Amino acid sequence: MAYKIITAQCTVCGACEFECPNAAISLKRGTYVIDPSLCNECEGFFDAPQCNEVCPVPKTCVPADAKGRAARA
Amino acid sequence: MRADIIRLDDLQVRTSRPRSLAPAGGCTAKRCGAAAGDNVLPEATRARIQDHPCYSEEAHHYFARMHVAVAPACNIQCNYCNRRYDCANESRPGVVSERLTPEEGARKVLAVASRVPQLAVLGIAGPGDGAYDWAKTRATFELVHRRIPDLKLCLSTNGLALPDHVDELAEMNVAHVTVTINMIDPEIGQAIYPWIFWQNRRRYGLEASRILHERQMESLERLRARDILVKVNSVLIPGVNDHHLVEVNKAVKARGAFLHNIMPLIAAPEHGTVFGLEGRRGPTAAELQAVQDACGGGARLMRHCRQCRADAVGMLGEDRGQEFTLDQLPEAPAYDPTERETYRAWVETERADRRAAVEAADAAAEAVPAPPLLVAVCTKGGGRINQHFGKAREFQIYAVDAAGVRLVGHRRADNYCLGGHGDPDRLERVIEALEGVPVILCQRIGNRPRNCLAAAGIEAVEAHAEAYIETAVAAVYADRARMDASATA
Repeated sequence: MAYKIITAQCTVCGACEFECPNAAISLKRGTYVIDPSLCNECEGFFDAPQCNEVCPVPKTCVPADAKGRAARA
Repeated sequence: MRADIIRLDDLQVRTSRPRSLAPAGGCTAKRCGAAAGDNVLPEATRARIQDHPCYSEEAHHYFARMHVAVAPACNIQCNYCNRRYDCANESRPGVVSERLTPEEGARKVLAVASRVPQLAVLGIAGPGDGAYDWAKTRATFELVHRRIPDLKLCLSTNGLALPDHVDELAEMNVAHVTVTINMIDPEIGQAIYPWIFWQNRRRYGLEASRILHERQMESLERLRARDILVKVNSVLIPGVNDHHLVEVNKAVKARGAFLHNIMPLIAAPEHGTVFGLEGRRGPTAAELQAVQDACGGGARLMRHCRQCRADAVGMLGEDRGQEFTLDQLPEAPAYDPTERETYRAWVETERADRRAAVEAADAAAEAVPAPPLLVAVCTKGGGRINQHFGKAREFQIYAVDAAGVRLVGHRRADNYCLGGHGDPDRLERVIEALEGVPVILCQRIGNRPRNCLAAAGIEAVEAHAEAYIETAVAAVYADRARMDASATA
């Protein structure tokens, strides 16, 4: 499974980019995106996904469903 | 042992005053805590701050600063900050219109240095935290230092990530660091910081504030050990830390902070911050002053801070950031140091002249038998009365009494005059902003605003256009005392 960034809420601060242990996050056309093929939700690195831990905006780095859409709880 | 924080208005401007004129210290009605021992700065320290507008009150009349917004990432959440909010008309820390890469930031610095000869300092103040977003901060400093080696480099941070980078800062000749410290008691910190990001985990509540506090104190110790000058900023949050800042002041002084800058909380619901949405208000000017006075009897504090944006450009009271947006920058700006050098040479002579004038003004004020007076001043810089009333975006407020003339603060007043026409609504706000200030000195003023001010009991004086501020303030003080005397005779 992978995480996803809700672009409309992202402040483009970039903290997630340098905290990501998988280098799965990059700036594409002015917004940060998570490459789902690289994201493993930080398993084996940390207790919690780093993008969500550091993100200043609530509910902006969220688990994505199989189709890559944000899977809202 | 005397702590080594120095009162700004006693630095260059006042050091030549004979000590016998100063009160012995402690808090008197006239002048608080101006014990002579505080006024003497080691020559090496003086040389380091004398061109930094944020560290030296005298320098803020002559030199400009710029911030480049290259560090958007932050590692803590403060209840007075909402980083989604951005407005080009707002002046407050953390707010920025355009984020830059280190390369773009360096380009902007070169462009500004070519057009603003007063430029003396490059600061990185976010809009996140420059010590946390360290790779971008370091890259920007390195790029700029290579092209303009004499530009002072400055960093503003919350301190959480700072201890890890102090050695690098020292090696890069970053000689000034500001740490924002709002508490030394984690219980109080809980009401200011909902969470921090620390060692790969988000921490909340007491734990968050305890870690932040410990790291901030460690930052101060390490900066002192590397001989980096430290200013501490504290946000005065009524109902949260207003009674606590005296303790903060003692703690930071004890760890070698050079200056303490107590700033008013800026909060409004439309900012979308926790404090704004709660309806918490900023302190009044009187409340701010009371806390400043309680900290070391009014001494050792910075009084000329303008709480500028993370992308501000220009002298402290102005922001020319809009002239230097990315789309207006040349691809490869040529930088010619001549203008900055010429300007510096002029400042050296002008400064000596002004110091002599200030000394004379202080001596003149001492002889005036009158109660203390507050005077508002319209100035564009250079320490002179040289701005049209309608063009002023702020008024500098000077106090004068038998102890001399000194800057005590500034009051915001958006330009009364726009496109050649005065705006009556704005004039009303200007009059409100001038509460308690019976005189305003400006280069020129129109008849209509002059009469409106007079009706509100405020005298506008043009007679001292282009004079040094202190000379003019002392002259007005003497004139008013004479008129009062003849009125009662």
